[in-house]
Amino acid sequence: MPGRLDRALPAMLRVGWKDALAYRGEFLVWMLTMTLPLVMLALFRAVAAEGSLGGFDASAFTAYFLAGLCVRQLASSWSIWEINREIREGALSMRLLRPIHPLWSYLCDSLAAIPMRAAISLPVALVLLYSIDGTAGEKLARDPVTLALFGVSLAQAFGIIFSISSTIGALGLYLESALGLWNIYVAFFMLLSGYLLPLALFPAWLQRVAALTPFPYLQSLPIEILVRRLPLTTMLRGLAIQSGWLVLSVSVLLLVWQRAQKRFAAYGG
Amino acid sequence: MSVIVVRDLVKEFRVAEREPGLWAAARSLFHRRYKVARAVDGIGFSIERGERVGFLGRNGAGKTTTLKMLAGLLHPTSGLVEVAGFAPQRRAPLFLGKITLVLGQKQQLLWDLPPVDTFELNRAIYDLSDADYRHTLDELIELLQLGTLIKRPTRQLSLGERMKCELVAALLHRPEVLFLDEPTIGLDVPTQLALREFIRAYNERHGATVLLTSHYMADVTALCPRVLLIDQGKLTFDGELDGLVRRVRPNKRVIVRRAGLPPETFDLPHEGLSQAVAKLLAAGDVDDLVVEDPPLEEVMRDLLSS
Repeated sequence: MPGRLDRALPAMLRVGWKDALAYRGEFLVWMLTMTLPLVMLALFRAVAAEGSLGGFDASAFTAYFLAGLCVRQLASSWSIWEINREIREGALSMRLLRPIHPLWSYLCDSLAAIPMRAAISLPVALVLLYSIDGTAGEKLARDPVTLALFGVSLAQAFGIIFSISSTIGALGLYLESALGLWNIYVAFFMLLSGYLLPLALFPAWLQRVAALTPFPYLQSLPIEILVRRLPLTTMLRGLAIQSGWLVLSVSVLLLVWQRAQKRFAAYGG
Repeated sequence: MSVIVVRDLVKEFRVAEREPGLWAAARSLFHRRYKVARAVDGIGFSIERGERVGFLGRNGAGKTTTLKMLAGLLHPTSGLVEVAGFAPQRRAPLFLGKITLVLGQKQQLLWDLPPVDTFELNRAIYDLSDADYRHTLDELIELLQLGTLIKRPTRQLSLGERMKCELVAALLHRPEVLFLDEPTIGLDVPTQLALREFIRAYNERHGATVLLTSHYMADVTALCPRVLLIDQGKLTFDGELDGLVRRVRPNKRVIVRRAGLPPETFDLPHEGLSQAVAKLLAAGDVDDLVVEDPPLEEVMRDLLSS
């Protein structure tokens, strides 16, 4: 099986990439739904014009929200939509008939879209970074160690998001539709991940609550590493906790999937 | 040697029930009623390597549910299923490499990409060597007369062309056991004929076992010397197609044509058939006389409406 996987994964990624290109119109519209950081950027720059807020001046807000835009684009997965639809329509059958775990193909579909997301979001973020505020670029990390740690945090955030998204999708085998559950997840993500506003602006008790959940590790940690807001020890501690969430979320995904697939009714045809 | 063994197989589904109307919809939020529907009810049969078997029954009789259990998509509620020596529900990669399931109403082809991309994907997933892949693909393209169609986006292909490409995608790994669920549904007659010929040729060339469901009796007559009949989840017949016909319509059909008159049709019992025919001929003026089994479509109509 590992040998087969070695050869199958590149082919699955290639096909996923071609598929993402085929759906490029829809893909662009989908990306536009993730541009909330730009709205928040405009809002908080206006607030910061009156003076800095929670240690953020206008340049810091610019760097934070543009980094947030990139993290959101590069560490996201929509496997829930695909899994939920395929369970309801019975199309999951075709994936289950192949001698490779369906989660690999969902993973490849999500990974394959990242180059296109990067090709669009990174130039947009860079142009905005230097056109809005010439000094905001100085906030970003440039040293190889921090950039490497940012890469690790981004990859782990993607892994957790994919696992949560796919777990909620697999719960569609118990619920009639998992989309309601997904909406609840998204609401908590918006609030507690640092996507809408930096967690440093929250009251201390809410920061403590957020720290007990995986959400800050999905968005806030990679952003704060990239904009150099964390000392090295805090970064390493954050990455260690993040890898714990990754292991836990992957384990839950595998367990739920293993149990839930016995309930698959393969509707239709 | 039996390649498929099924014993006392049962599949039950828990189905939510709700009265029509807004009030019932609101009430079902708090109190949902379920009933257990038994889709397959203790069936048993075995199929030898290389056999072509037709699986007949009306809609909802349990045919597709059985096929899905044989292919490992559904977990049986109870009973034994063994295909090529494996318990299908465990979905071992080795097992999945030996079977294929073609669902006439589901597709594995990637909609916006040419079929050749799905074929390439399957080559990698089934870990086929380049030589095997090329050889099988060329053979299938030739048998199905696909030519360069495989390079056009799937969405631009006709239903028949798509179905042919579905078969290629399903057979690239040279499965030993083919489960075909209404593979000719919605296709025009020439394409149905081409697919039938193809399935027969594949079975004969590779000694593959075929279990086929179809509502087109021509598929079953042309392909399946043996049929299984399922009704309300129970197996009600297992044997040769002729035997099924005799059981449902024990009489032979005699058609007599006389000059200037419309043809007359008589359904006569086997016993005393020759005397009856002799009597008809003796009546004189007979231009033509045909003795045949009743058309299979009528047999199935009787069978499925009874």
